[in-house]
Amino acid sequence: MIRPRGWPEAVLAVPAAGIVVTTGAISLDHARAEAEQLGPVVGFLAAVLVLAHFCDVEGLFRACGAWMARWSGGRPVRLLTAVFALASVITAVLSLDATVVLLTPVVFATAARSGVRAKPHVYACTHLSNTASLLLPVSNLTNLLAFAASGLGFTRFAALMVLPWLVAIGAEYLVFRRFFARDLSSSAPGSGEPGEPPPLPLFALVTVACTLAGFVLTSAVGIDPAWAACAGALVLAGRALVRRRASPLTVVKATAPAFLAFVLALGIVVRAVVDNGLAHALGQVLPGGTGLPALLGVAALAAVLANIVNNLPAVLVLLPLTAPAGPGAVLAVLLGVNIGPNLTYAGSLATLLWRRIVHQHDHGVDLGEFTRLGLLAVPAALCGAVVALWGALQVVGV
Amino acid sequence: MRVIVWLVEGTWPACVDAARGYARGAGEVVLLHVDEPVADLAHGAFAGLLGRAGSEPDPERRLLELGGTSAAELLDAAAARLGRPCTRLERIGRAEREVVAAADGADLLVLARDGDRSRLGPHSLGKAVRFVVDHAPCPVLLVWPEAAPDLTTLPPPPPRP
Repeated sequence: MIRPRGWPEAVLAVPAAGIVVTTGAISLDHARAEAEQLGPVVGFLAAVLVLAHFCDVEGLFRACGAWMARWSGGRPVRLLTAVFALASVITAVLSLDATVVLLTPVVFATAARSGVRAKPHVYACTHLSNTASLLLPVSNLTNLLAFAASGLGFTRFAALMVLPWLVAIGAEYLVFRRFFARDLSSSAPGSGEPGEPPPLPLFALVTVACTLAGFVLTSAVGIDPAWAACAGALVLAGRALVRRRASPLTVVKATAPAFLAFVLALGIVVRAVVDNGLAHALGQVLPGGTGLPALLGVAALAAVLANIVNNLPAVLVLLPLTAPAGPGAVLAVLLGVNIGPNLTYAGSLATLLWRRIVHQHDHGVDLGEFTRLGLLAVPAALCGAVVALWGALQVVGV
Repeated sequence: MRVIVWLVEGTWPACVDAARGYARGAGEVVLLHVDEPVADLAHGAFAGLLGRAGSEPDPERRLLELGGTSAAELLDAAAARLGRPCTRLERIGRAEREVVAAADGADLLVLARDGDRSRLGPHSLGKAVRFVVDHAPCPVLLVWPEAAPDLTTLPPPPPRP
């Protein structure tokens, strides 16, 4: 079946941005301000994408598979725990794209080789790519956007989000253990031999650790932490170039230029929609203040909006409305738009509708099961995370 | 006599052993494995990442390749355990529907309980096996993947009216 998946969304978004600018739906000043605000975010994003890509080239994800296989020893519950730990860390440090694109196939292969049913583990990857993307500004593009808008430093952002991150992952883990109890109860000897363990990707690990330290250091001395990401990406890409594992073209491709163009264009289109009445309409229903009920309200609204239109436009719409209320409200938006998408297959009704219209039989996935799991996991993780955020705001302060 | 043996990760050895024991004289033994469409889960997660189409690879394709390999390995291991000539059948889709369809015209379907196996009772059948047992168009041999729980796990009889 031919599907229009190879088409970059930028093909649609860039002309749309051109139209809203030329028709005057957005003033030139506003478009320029939006582009200037998004420019550094896009650069930061490109660096993180390159970092993740070359971690894969260095064999980091292959090694993850070997670690999970060895630690779990074919026991499904242990494998689930290992998947939760690794997917949470990888999502937080190398972004959700790394978990979806690079880790998920490794997890599937590990489960199959261990003679374990793959479904709970693949589900864990998809859920954690959203839920575990709360911790750092680099974990999710939504975070990078909010980070730029919130005025928080890198370290303070992480300090406020670490408790919500842990609580949300813990809630998901409990739901998964119960929901998949039957799938996790049986194991048979794997059909394949474990084979030689791959070499430890020490260079990639040290580079990532130094990049993380660089985030803390740059934000302490008031430099944009994007430079730390850029340095880490250059080190890994440079090594791959020297060892002829990559060409300059693959480095450029790893920055995903079409995606970066899409983000800029989407920002301008959403700004036009916000300027033309959406800000007023949403301002009416958005709770003000940063008390616990207000934070819960903001997070719930953000989750609903993310499930209708996808979390990227949702966060672009909600950021300018919540930023005046302070970082607490902005972080509550993030909890909603990051955890919320687990409720709907493909992250939002808009995506689902689009795929349904284009192809009647696009997926064989059990939508009932997907939604039941989401209905259990999303409210549990979201409520727990908002309460944890409220607590962190009291303790850490903004 | 045509015997279909439905193999699932984790519980398949018991089914193969049952087929070896009870269907010794069978003319044809078919080992059936149904792949769950987990690749679609990965595809859904990727589709949710707005703007990445064309920039990053959809993990679905990789999962489909890996799924084909692991199903083949499971069937190989089962065939070796069976120790006699057999037919291998790989399907993708809703397991319960695929198994009922494959059992059409068979003389026996061998399958393992997929529910709570700590006690005797209806909960030892999960959703998929319950559906197949209820709808199978042929005789069914339902086995315990491990040793069956003992009779003390029976619930007390209901009070007389």
